[in-house]
Amino acid sequence: MKGNEAIAEAAIRYGVDGYFGYPITPQSEILEHLMAEEPYKKTGMVVLQAESEVASINMVYGGAACGKRVMTTSSSPGISLMQEGLSYIAGAELPCLVVNVVRGGPGLGTIQPSQADYFQTTKGGGHGDYRLITLAPASVQEMYDFVGLAFELAFKYRNPAMILSDGVIGQVMEKVEIGDYLPRWTDEYIKKSFPWATTGKNPNTPHVIITSLELDSSKQEQVNIRIQKKYRECEANEVRYEMINCDDAEYIFVAYGSSARICQKAIQLGREKGIKVGLLRPITLWPFPSKILGEMADKVKGMLSVEMSAGQMVEDVLLATKHKIKVEHYGRFGGIIPTPQEVLHALETKIIGG
Amino acid sequence: MNREDIIKPENLVYRRTPVLTENVMHYCPGCGHGTAHRLVAEVIEEMGIQEKTIGIAPVGCSVLAYNYFEVDMQEAAHGRAPALATAVKRLKPDFFVFSYQGDGDLAAIGTGETIHACNRGENITMIFINNGIYGMTGGQMAPTTLEDMKTSTSPYGRDTHLMGNPLKITELLAQLPGTCYVTRQAVYTPALVRKCKRAIRQAFENQKENKGVSFVEIVSNCNSGWKMTPTAANQWLEENMLPFYPLGDLKVSK
Repeated sequence: MKGNEAIAEAAIRYGVDGYFGYPITPQSEILEHLMAEEPYKKTGMVVLQAESEVASINMVYGGAACGKRVMTTSSSPGISLMQEGLSYIAGAELPCLVVNVVRGGPGLGTIQPSQADYFQTTKGGGHGDYRLITLAPASVQEMYDFVGLAFELAFKYRNPAMILSDGVIGQVMEKVEIGDYLPRWTDEYIKKSFPWATTGKNPNTPHVIITSLELDSSKQEQVNIRIQKKYRECEANEVRYEMINCDDAEYIFVAYGSSARICQKAIQLGREKGIKVGLLRPITLWPFPSKILGEMADKVKGMLSVEMSAGQMVEDVLLATKHKIKVEHYGRFGGIIPTPQEVLHALETKIIGG
Repeated sequence: MNREDIIKPENLVYRRTPVLTENVMHYCPGCGHGTAHRLVAEVIEEMGIQEKTIGIAPVGCSVLAYNYFEVDMQEAAHGRAPALATAVKRLKPDFFVFSYQGDGDLAAIGTGETIHACNRGENITMIFINNGIYGMTGGQMAPTTLEDMKTSTSPYGRDTHLMGNPLKITELLAQLPGTCYVTRQAVYTPALVRKCKRAIRQAFENQKENKGVSFVEIVSNCNSGWKMTPTAANQWLEENMLPFYPLGDLKVSK
């Protein structure tokens, strides 16, 4: 199935309560698949086409505030419209899932694949100090699996989670192992498990308020301190990455999503020429695998950050490796996908021969 | 006779409804918000639905409404309350859901969310306080500001050629098939307060029958923003607001 369809199917099978979305290329198959499957008849899952991405993310806010597992999906321009809502959701400390099937920008840009939303996603596209737990799938299988993982992490840290995909992973067709239908949480379970949620006032306890507003700045600072503490815990516990051909590597590609797939082919081409090159694929873009990259910097001669952008993740690679070794960026952008030959050539000229 | 001799159940004629918290409201003396809050809270109490109600607060003067209603509350971003209410009601269809918004929130920045929630026929109650001004931010022009009305951003009066026309959003919403009950009320006299409460009750009762959006506009004053005494503001409301925003039911579906 397509990557986009895997997201939709995973939503139904992981027992998601609500999906609120608005059509935009290249991810409209998600809403189409959900509408065609009519999960409201199977699992009771709510599916609603909203009037805009602004409405979608605020519907997600309302649903998440009830302790429900709710999500939306979009592509770059639509995700930009959601930034206000994401900031509010992070500020109100609510769990939810947002999927971005990235296309080329800036502006209306192009409908072709891109990875140029890295900054927006990992550095906080909305206002205020907040982070999105960000998962970067590199296959259709991971599109499916990360729906479950994203909700697990979102509820663990009461924070929005983002699956940062791109037009390649969204549109490509691959074999997928799908799970059984997991039951949706009951209202009784939600009420018992999430006392922070608006599930109806209990007779003997005060009412629940979901808000990101605190007019007393000394209290607002405490809110920020608490949120930052949570982020440090997340950084300590949730970093995920994959290493391929790194044991003997002298050079490392750092790449996520579809760029990581291209790099795997470039590794094969490089090793045929005798270049000992490996791949470090961040799976969580935030928290970023800085520690392992720092350790790798003591072992290898150089790293090439390969992204379908003008160079965004490379800044985090530079921070992690502390200029101990040569780090460069290679990317195509505006919807152009680099070939493995181009990637290998960039390694040879920018890192090995540079 | 001491205090305890007087305070007996048989002498009780007035009390705070338990659906309002004991927090002191921040509203200006003379403002209609406090009355509107009380009416919504009394209806929730009388219907016995306190534990099955979720309210959505706006941005603006009533941003802190969540501190006053003793029901589970969510605070929305500016204009987005109908989107939150949509999701809450769809995910919890056996709950009573209401949004509470002012004119800047509902009829300017949130116009899209308002119209589409109404057009979809979400089974919710929307309370809309129209005082023709942005009160919280200091008296700027609102979508509902009357022609020639002076505000801090229309200091020489609202010039409709330059600043557009006052928006009768309630009339607009009454045209949509998704609204079942659309009414315009006021709370500046005791008789109007009683009438307004009946309208709010109807707007909540309609949720039992899945009829669609019940929309209650309350034309209110803003004596601080209008720079008048409360009494003068109420008189100004009657003489200027009501001719343009006439009271009464705009739509009552069977």
